[in-house]
Amino acid sequence: MKYFGKKLFTLIMTLFLVSVAAFLAFQIIPGDVVTSILGTEATPEREEQLREELGLNKPPVVRYFSWVGDVLKGDLGVSYRYSKNMNEMMPVKELVGDKLPVTLWLAAVSLVFIIVVSIPLGVLWARSASRATDKLGHFLDAALGVITQTTMAIPSFFLGILVTYLFGILFKFFTPGGYISYKEDFWGFLGYLLFPALSIALPKIAMTARFLRNSMLTELKSDYVRTAYSKGCTRRRVLYGHVLRNAMMPVVTFLGMIVAEIVAGSIVIEQVFGLPGIGRLLISSISTRDFPVVEILILYITFVVIFVYFLVDILYRIIDPRISEK
Amino acid sequence: MKKRFSIFFMALLTMAVLGGCGADGTGESSEDHSSKESVAESSDVQASEASSGEAQEGPVYGGSVVVGIQQDIDSLDPHKATAAGTKEILFNIFEGLVKPDENGNLICAVASDYEISEDGLVYTFTLRDNVKFHNGNVVTCEDVKYSLERVSGLLDGTPLISTMKAIQSVDILDDKTVQVTVGAANTELIYSFVAAIIPAGSGEDEAANPIGTGPFSFVSYTPQEGIVVEKNPDYWQEGLPYLDKVDFKIVNSPDSALLELQGGSIDIYAYLTDSQANELKDTFQVISSPSNVVQALFLNNAAEPLDNVKVRQAICYALDKDMVNEFVAGGNGTIISSAMLPTLKDNYVDLNDVYGTTANVEKAKELLTEAGYPDGFDLEIAIPSNYEFHMQTGEVVVEQLKAAGINATIKAVEWSTWLDEVYNGRQYQATISGITCDMTPGYLLNRFQTDSKKNFINFANEEYDALYQKAQAALDPVLKAGYYADLQKLLCEEAGSAFLQVPANTTAISKKLAGYKFYPVYVQDLSTVYYAE
Amino acid sequence: MKKEKKGKWNKYLVAGLLMTGLAVVLGIVGFFWTPYSTTAMSAAEKFNPPSLRHIFGTDNFGRDIFSRVMQGCSTTILISTLVVLVSGTAGILLGAITGYFGGILDEIVMRITDAVNGFPSILLTLVIISLLGTGKQNVIISLSIVFIPSYVRIVRSEFIRLRDADYIKRARLMGVSRVRILFVHILPNIFSVFWVSVMIGFNNAILAESGMSYLGIGVQPPDASLGKMLSDAQGYLQSAPWYALAPGLTIVWIVLGFSLFSEGIRRSQDDKN
Repeated sequence: MKYFGKKLFTLIMTLFLVSVAAFLAFQIIPGDVVTSILGTEATPEREEQLREELGLNKPPVVRYFSWVGDVLKGDLGVSYRYSKNMNEMMPVKELVGDKLPVTLWLAAVSLVFIIVVSIPLGVLWARSASRATDKLGHFLDAALGVITQTTMAIPSFFLGILVTYLFGILFKFFTPGGYISYKEDFWGFLGYLLFPALSIALPKIAMTARFLRNSMLTELKSDYVRTAYSKGCTRRRVLYGHVLRNAMMPVVTFLGMIVAEIVAGSIVIEQVFGLPGIGRLLISSISTRDFPVVEILILYITFVVIFVYFLVDILYRIIDPRISEK
Repeated sequence: MKKRFSIFFMALLTMAVLGGCGADGTGESSEDHSSKESVAESSDVQASEASSGEAQEGPVYGGSVVVGIQQDIDSLDPHKATAAGTKEILFNIFEGLVKPDENGNLICAVASDYEISEDGLVYTFTLRDNVKFHNGNVVTCEDVKYSLERVSGLLDGTPLISTMKAIQSVDILDDKTVQVTVGAANTELIYSFVAAIIPAGSGEDEAANPIGTGPFSFVSYTPQEGIVVEKNPDYWQEGLPYLDKVDFKIVNSPDSALLELQGGSIDIYAYLTDSQANELKDTFQVISSPSNVVQALFLNNAAEPLDNVKVRQAICYALDKDMVNEFVAGGNGTIISSAMLPTLKDNYVDLNDVYGTTANVEKAKELLTEAGYPDGFDLEIAIPSNYEFHMQTGEVVVEQLKAAGINATIKAVEWSTWLDEVYNGRQYQATISGITCDMTPGYLLNRFQTDSKKNFINFANEEYDALYQKAQAALDPVLKAGYYADLQKLLCEEAGSAFLQVPANTTAISKKLAGYKFYPVYVQDLSTVYYAE
Repeated sequence: MKKEKKGKWNKYLVAGLLMTGLAVVLGIVGFFWTPYSTTAMSAAEKFNPPSLRHIFGTDNFGRDIFSRVMQGCSTTILISTLVVLVSGTAGILLGAITGYFGGILDEIVMRITDAVNGFPSILLTLVIISLLGTGKQNVIISLSIVFIPSYVRIVRSEFIRLRDADYIKRARLMGVSRVRILFVHILPNIFSVFWVSVMIGFNNAILAESGMSYLGIGVQPPDASLGKMLSDAQGYLQSAPWYALAPGLTIVWIVLGFSLFSEGIRRSQDDKN
């Protein structure tokens, strides 16, 4: 219980620090929201009016704490930049809520790819590696080693470009940039997501398969495997009944971290494929100095990352109770 | 020459003093005439581009198109929107008392006629019969008064359009006539009456939708995705628009715009790069027309060593404008040497001979030596990084300046930073950017007065200031054009900045469509676009 | 059996060394000399496909892509090396002090590293670049800041592990100075662990630098950088695919070479133990 208390405290402290850091950064970086919104043609009176509307004429400390107060009350504020209609600014909650499904679905599709491909691949790999005397096994082990190493060496933006070129331009499987909103046509939306998800998933598949292979090979060397064999268990039963189950636990936590990474917004992939998700919203909000949006997005991302790490931590404790005794 | 001027004089005089929309002054009929004419003109473009025969069959009503746009909307309030990218869309939803046509002239819109008094102080507008807002209400004088008072700041003390500050009062004479009184005569003020007419009181209420009188009415807006408009069935111009629905879709980069055009997910895109245009020329109608942007290597006249006129002139000589045009605009740009759009024919003077359009490295080095920089100097060029066009120009310019011994470097900055540090803060040496012009000829020259808030190059020349005052006061268009010519010459000879070109807007239009009109100002008029079956 | 395994390790090492070596040589040569000027433009040579004259073809300004790739290699490798040096050194210092002494300083540093870790790294570099402006040295500074926490964590945990080891306790009893204990007694013993993270860190630095240049916040034109070349090339994917492939495959080559190299070292180390 004390452990949870401490973790919760750490989470809140980190969120607080991050929000202060983001606020300070926005105070220092050049670029004034008002000129950024109004451009070069507005009258000085209009600039002053807008400054007042946005509450920018108050001192920074007052602004920060009134913002914290609002957020604690559940009011995330309104965007400086995006209007909902002629007279109202877009509430941050709605803006983010609108973009979040894109990122979440992207994460989901990518995760499906990763799980469906990497687990069979990892098992196959571990099996080949464990039969190193067998010629085919040896070859497969080496080949998979080279393939995964190569895949992991491709930067995400180049992978995105390659996928666009191959599947979009050469094979015409999809229209690059032709994003379909999930509100209009959900299946079309999912179909479009396949390709960015593939770009995200490929290196992660290589990593996960590699991780699973190593984890299984370690398990195969442990005592219980020898015991199981001596008891007369078949190879199949040992492999899938015992080894895979035990080897999966660290893999699941590894997957957890990958999920955290994707849910936090794949800035580059969203940019390459023109997906209106969290990552792109963040980039464009930073460049337009839309502080309320940026602050909430940063808090969201930080929260997701810390929370998933926290879950991973708990999972480890469940697997290995020795950790919590320390 | 004299004779030509007098013809312009006559024409302008008729327009400015006798007012009205076209020489015959009878609003409605001349309006119909002009719109028909333009449809016919555009059909010619279509016919030459695609197979013939389509033009005769004439326009087909209905259908929807997707137009790719570059930037998100900054505001749906037509008076508060300042971004050019927003105005080009709102042109379809809102109209002013007058509006621009594709030839750079003003035509009547919500007003059917107008008159300007001899002293230039009183504008009298007659409202067109039965112009309806998208909510079905007929436009009344109250709406006009409200809209004009809102933009001029008479309503709440906050003027929204700076030129409109000149308005002193708006009076309703009868149910069809509105009289506007201004503080000082200015023949160019009429261009500001393109400001949108919105329903009285609508700026303050919580109306969910922007309401105007334009050919299309607002349907929905999704941040980062785009804006959808639909046909206004009650539009006052008979027979327009043709399309039922237009989807303005934000594309996140010019690269994805190209891919989307090829994939068929957008039908019209107006800001193609040269290489994109080449890729599309077989599958699309690709048409270039001059934009309303003046691109220049702006030089901070207050920063060392650019405070020396010889150094600035050396830079002008060192640049090879033809090469810039060739590399970044595919030769479609129009080379200029001062701050005036060549499309504003009556006021433009060609000054390209002053520094030449190709590099004169000898002359540049000579001037640098005279100025005391025989070995060149370091120059930092700040460029807004979101403009690929300016960034590419920067790469070419840096290479050209190198030949003259000037060691230039590029500093890419975010747009917000550019506005803050370069445009408003004036903390920079040189920058490459574009300044947009509206239809007012003096608009670009105005900013180079010593005290102008927009004089971000710190150009300081007393002769220029005095000349501009004279130009401003001149009521006679020919006299005015003469002053403008002198101003352009002065700016060019003093090398206020190294003006490069007016880039072309290269537009790709689906081959199924016809009727797209090109404007000398930054608008995309979809009302005349139709499917040619 | 043993011999056969050893052969396999050498393969990783040899392949890695060859690939990395080629990239480094290309980079070093590119720093001083390139076959063509990296900036000279020529309208006549626009978008030439790969040929004997231009083995990687030419770009939209008619510049030789191979020359620019060479220059890009040198920039990328130089920046990444400096980033690893700076962040590694800072990581050792901070990790050693916080790990060995613990206490309030440790708590503060760990909270800050948590916050930095929670921040997405692209975002952090974006903010730092907005503050400092673009340019090579600012890329190095921002990436160093981003990478410090990962080194701090590793060094710190090693120092915590070793501070209570018997030989350290003995050294303390003998009155050896703290600085000496930290850097003479403990530090050499963590190198095997530290090396692995330096290797990974180098690859991450290469990916991060090219990522920043891709997003336009890294190396500025007209200087060539692999990431910026990729983003420029993206618009010409259909008409000039070689323009994107050349810098892209070069990045893959460097990263792959280096990870094979580090894999090789790791395996030969495993063999020794």
